[in-house]
Amino acid sequence: MFGFGILTGLIVLPLVGAAFILVQRGDDQATLGNIRWAALSTTLITFLLSLWAWKLFDPATANFQLVEQKAWLGSTIIYKLGVDGMSMPFVLLTTFLMPFCIVASWETITTRVKEYMIAFLVLEALMIGVFCALDLVLFYLFFEAGLIPMFLIIGIWGGKRRIYASFKFFLYTLLGSLLMLLAIMAMYGVAGTTDITVLLKTTFPSSMQKWLWLAFFASFAVKMPMWPVHTWLPDAHVEAPTAGSVILAGILLKMGGYGFIRFSIPMFPEASHYFAPLVFGLSVIAIVYTSLVALVQEDMKKLIAYSSVAHMGFVTMGLFSMNQQGLQGAIFQMVSHGLVSGALFLCVGVVYDRMHTRDIAAYGGLVQRMPIYAVVFMVFTMANVGLPGTSGFVGEFLTLIGAFGANPWVAFFATSGVILSACYALFLYRRIIFGVLEKQSLKNIADLTPRELALLVPLVLLTIYYGVNPGPILDACAASVQGLLRSYEAALAATKTAALILN
Amino acid sequence: MTPLSFAFAHSLPEILLAIGALCLLMLGVFKSGGRDWIISELAIAILGVAFLMMFVELKEPALVYDGAFIDDAFGRFMKALALGGALISLLMSREFMAREGIDLFEFPVLVLLATLGMLMLISAHNLIALYLGLELMSLALYVIAAFHRHNVRASEAGLKYFVLGALSSGMLLYGSSLLYGFAGTVSFPGIAAALKGNVHLGVIFGLVFVMAGLAFKMSVVPFHMWTPDVYEGAPTPVTAFFASAAKMAAVAVTVRIIITAFPGIEGQWRQIIVFMSILSMAIGAFAAIGQTNIKRLMAYSSIGHMGFALVGLAAGTEKGVNGVLMYMAIYLVMTLGTFAAILSMRTGGKYVESIHDLAGLSRSRKGMAFFLAMMMLSLAGIPPLAGFFAKWYAFAAAIDAGLYPLAVIGMLSSVVACFYYLRVVKIIYLDEPAAPFEGVSREVTAVMYLAGAAVVLYWVFPGPLVSAATAAAKSLF
Repeated sequence: MFGFGILTGLIVLPLVGAAFILVQRGDDQATLGNIRWAALSTTLITFLLSLWAWKLFDPATANFQLVEQKAWLGSTIIYKLGVDGMSMPFVLLTTFLMPFCIVASWETITTRVKEYMIAFLVLEALMIGVFCALDLVLFYLFFEAGLIPMFLIIGIWGGKRRIYASFKFFLYTLLGSLLMLLAIMAMYGVAGTTDITVLLKTTFPSSMQKWLWLAFFASFAVKMPMWPVHTWLPDAHVEAPTAGSVILAGILLKMGGYGFIRFSIPMFPEASHYFAPLVFGLSVIAIVYTSLVALVQEDMKKLIAYSSVAHMGFVTMGLFSMNQQGLQGAIFQMVSHGLVSGALFLCVGVVYDRMHTRDIAAYGGLVQRMPIYAVVFMVFTMANVGLPGTSGFVGEFLTLIGAFGANPWVAFFATSGVILSACYALFLYRRIIFGVLEKQSLKNIADLTPRELALLVPLVLLTIYYGVNPGPILDACAASVQGLLRSYEAALAATKTAALILN
Repeated sequence: MTPLSFAFAHSLPEILLAIGALCLLMLGVFKSGGRDWIISELAIAILGVAFLMMFVELKEPALVYDGAFIDDAFGRFMKALALGGALISLLMSREFMAREGIDLFEFPVLVLLATLGMLMLISAHNLIALYLGLELMSLALYVIAAFHRHNVRASEAGLKYFVLGALSSGMLLYGSSLLYGFAGTVSFPGIAAALKGNVHLGVIFGLVFVMAGLAFKMSVVPFHMWTPDVYEGAPTPVTAFFASAAKMAAVAVTVRIIITAFPGIEGQWRQIIVFMSILSMAIGAFAAIGQTNIKRLMAYSSIGHMGFALVGLAAGTEKGVNGVLMYMAIYLVMTLGTFAAILSMRTGGKYVESIHDLAGLSRSRKGMAFFLAMMMLSLAGIPPLAGFFAKWYAFAAAIDAGLYPLAVIGMLSSVVACFYYLRVVKIIYLDEPAAPFEGVSREVTAVMYLAGAAVVLYWVFPGPLVSAATAAAKSLF
């Protein structure tokens, strides 16, 4: 339509929904109902459209597909969208998780519903844009713009320390991103364009690559988040409303990993090779250290937040092991973590809505009043631990194989993180679900409502499905990952030859 | 010798403004009985006509009046901005002046004269024309800064501005005389030709003094001290005029003199610009954190923004000038929009200025809250808002010229600056509501909404501004 393709449609649809909600007037229950339904149907239609995009998508090739291009800021900075095997899974993950966020906020958000739904829909458009953008400036635009709705979501509908958390979230991320912006400008100066497909073929001088890599790393490491710049995440998670946490853990964190795989590794192969030990070191520290920190948390959301940092450590480790298993495992791990951690935050939301506390000590023996909840929560806990048969296992296993191929010691230390994750996850589960139900306040707690069941059951099924049959995700990204590795090795070989000739 | 009609044709907007101001003055003296009457409407019409004249096609740059005055694409671009700023400031002033009881006919006349000075300044092509334009602008500005003459703070602002402004004019004049003495000419290209090869120490002194004088008008550190006090003390529409139109003229003349008169001594002026730029960005960011008066906040914000614009100028390339032009155009819209919002802050029959008066604005005035918040985030340079594109062009030029430390410091200070812009957003959206604001005139609301829409939707249709700025920057080289 008007020369735009399906990907523009994916970005524009949520904005149309937001515009529709914007013109709704009134504060009565009927209007609020309309707003909720409008938001839900928008996200559902967007999801269906993304499924259609998936159908058009051919996983056998590493090329960008569904490409569309328009003039934008002059002829060198263009409006260009497209997807390949490494971005398609994230587009689907985004559109898939959004309806859950809307439903999760159905009854819990009662103030300023209109603004809330608009913020979420705008955020969805921006996140899809991040994964589809094929122009670096366009990517940056979507990447940064997402801060505004998220700032408002945490700041307006968050918990007690929401102001602190939202400022920290915003300023931390902004600091990293601005350094990346300078790197983008430098790349624009060298290549004369910000078209990602051209930049992927551009070879940057070796010394420049290192600076560019560090600047991009500053942004993506904060977003990921990697140790030691992860401290904004626990605060943001704890204060954000449930749906905000789901989006944060499910999609926003994945932008960091996606950035590494889309920009850092293919565009700066030498620097990636050079800095891989640094990434390994930080990843292992993240895995072991944040797992230990998670062990002593008293707040459920904080515990899951720290476990997210640990799981993202597996992702960075897999990415920089630079082999097929590591890279595909990292992508799988990101998708799986998006589902599992999102679901875990939803589970916390379920009990939080009933008791209005996230203190682990306030619970205990829930299995006696909430058996279905106990089962659902168990599935996700096991997936978080990485039990075979759940999607969590596949990602961790593949990244560990990849890391073993690159450096066995890294794999050795990272594997200890798996054990620690079992400790904190099972410990959390035991303290909340098992034990004697002796707290007076818990005596009348009710099991999952149909709405909550509808939320959690699809996630349970997908977690198990991808655990047993990881094929769909792995196949989708296989060709692109192979293409990436080929060009990476070619670039390294070229530098080696050049070095030999010089000698 | 070019025929006089040719010269008149290329300075028609200036002539229009000069004659218009004199006629309005007569009209005011003999007909209006001291009040505004229809003087401001007529002044707005004159400014509007002059503004439209900027879009008349220009085939090639014209140098008239013995090389004192140049009409080129760069000048037209900056004049359009200055005229736009003057026009909108005057439009917004009418209600404010009437409510404060200072709706006197002198105000529009003085605005016209100041604007005339700005246009002359932008087109100045030798040191004498520069000084004349600058003084005409400044003298009119001194008076309107103190226009609220029964108000102590406004009088203080006017006096402060006058004393410091006179000092800076003196410095500029001293620097000009040094330059003239060593170059033997007052014309910009003549100076450039004379400075090829050897650079005498006296020339560098002259350069430093001229830059100091201009820095005062741009309000960049270390000549920024007057800004917060004058911004706070002057009547709000006057502050808007200072922050929009006057800034455009000062930056335009700085760019022009640096690029056309000092291309040979790049190393000398660049260190001055880099020094002022870094200090402005840093002080603009850190000093604003403690401010609670929104006009003072905007003063520090403008100091910081001038620092960002100078980042582009520091590159000294065509791209850099393009960056400055983009920056000023976008900054103009953001400033006017913000001041429109400040002019809408009225409770209990009087104008309020504390940022805490904005508390919970998102409940009482949704549209205004949204646009003011977007304006703040745009000033902070968050994409996809217009302010991001302004920064993009300025910093990309600096990176291109290899000024990495400057660019990194600029980015770091913009994170600090982001803190206080975010704080305003926080007050608007997150705090408990304060007393709601009263309605204001349609003009102010329209300016606020139009500027807000331009800032939010700039990314949809960025082409025309980019190509205009590119053409304007090209004409200077």
